Amino acid sequence: MATPNTPLWEVFVRSRNGLAHKHVGSLHASDATMALQAARDIYTRRGEGLSIWVVPSTAITASDPAEKGMMFEPAESKIYRHPTFYEVPDEVGHM
Amino acid sequence: MYTQALNTAETDDRGLEDAAKAAQFQARIDAEERIEPNDWTPAAYRKTLTRQISQHAHSEIVGMLPEGNWITRAPTLRRKAALLAKVQDECGHGLYLYAAAETLGTSREALVDAMLAGKAKYSSIFNYPTLTWADIGTIGWLVDGAAIMNQIPLCRCSYGPYARAMIRVCKEESFHQRQGYEIMLTLCRGSDEQKAMAQDALNRWWWPVLMMFGPPDATSQHSDTSTKWKIKRFSNDELRQKFVDATVPQAQYLGLTVPDPGMIQDADGHWRYSEIDWTEFKQVLAGNGPCNRDRLAARRKAHDEGAWVREAAAAYAAKRVQRQTAQAAE
Repeated sequence: MATPNTPLWEVFVRSRNGLAHKHVGSLHASDATMALQAARDIYTRRGEGLSIWVVPSTAITASDPAEKGMMFEPAESKIYRHPTFYEVPDEVGHM
Repeated sequence: MYTQALNTAETDDRGLEDAAKAAQFQARIDAEERIEPNDWTPAAYRKTLTRQISQHAHSEIVGMLPEGNWITRAPTLRRKAALLAKVQDECGHGLYLYAAAETLGTSREALVDAMLAGKAKYSSIFNYPTLTWADIGTIGWLVDGAAIMNQIPLCRCSYGPYARAMIRVCKEESFHQRQGYEIMLTLCRGSDEQKAMAQDALNRWWWPVLMMFGPPDATSQHSDTSTKWKIKRFSNDELRQKFVDATVPQAQYLGLTVPDPGMIQDADGHWRYSEIDWTEFKQVLAGNGPCNRDRLAARRKAHDEGAWVREAAAAYAAKRVQRQTAQAAE
């Protein structure tokens, strides 16, 4: 008999106070409580984290890689959004 | 290595695919870009990687069995705690890898079912028995040592999720190899009987470990496309030679003899090993190794005996959802 599917969760771990939660991987669990426990065992066996988030994978809406041009090009062409676009004479010092 | 069955011929099903897309894909690979789950890829790229990553995952899971065999009989509490942690790591590695394989579009359950049905392969090395405590030392030192040789280049594999899983795995494998070598060192500094036990384990594991790297380059049918797609960065023979060169001095330090009377060091410092018995390798891959049946039976038993846990967890989750829905409706 084929094994029935168990829901997929994405795991985010915050490594130290002050840093953001970072995606570390995914796992399968029947509910949120079990997902948290499994995340503890799978992703923090060596003190990697102080806080864990688990999110059902189905709750994530992702951008389409095929449309990444349209999505991100506007940021690429606006070099005036970067500090190095502006000239400040050396004499002025660090700014 | 953990994916030896890849070295079999596979039908080419790329003929129908968009040549322009394929060229674009190859250009991204050549530019050392990472491929991510939702990106367009040739079907054969997904197929190869699904097989490779799932075989790697199965190897980690089956690999828990030979070592698990000694947890209750570890000689000290320190050794027992270390071995327990190591076996737990192997389970974790299996899970990272299944998660990476799933991003290619096959469910975890389907991958596991294929292994339990005997349709998917795992590394030949785990079909050998662990007869003495020295085998545990030898596995850590040699089997994990060989795995590290193979896995470090995989950290730069073109497929992002696989590369990221490998980075985590490599960080943890280093502890495995060192704990194995420490066991060997303790035995080799012990009584004559203990040293003889260490030598006996090396004698039995040496050749199967060399086989882990897969068939010689001349006969490996899969490497060309894997190299082109930057899944594989070094050939089987290159990795095998690197491993031998790194390992021989470690054996010498232990005062153990590598069971290859024909081995010589060439002018460039490389240790040249004798011909490997590929008939044995093929037999083990075909299911006729010393423990093949035993390993699969153990996995099936664990899976079957865990069925009630999976069912209970699913039933509890369904009940909670039902209750929440009912409360919301009130």
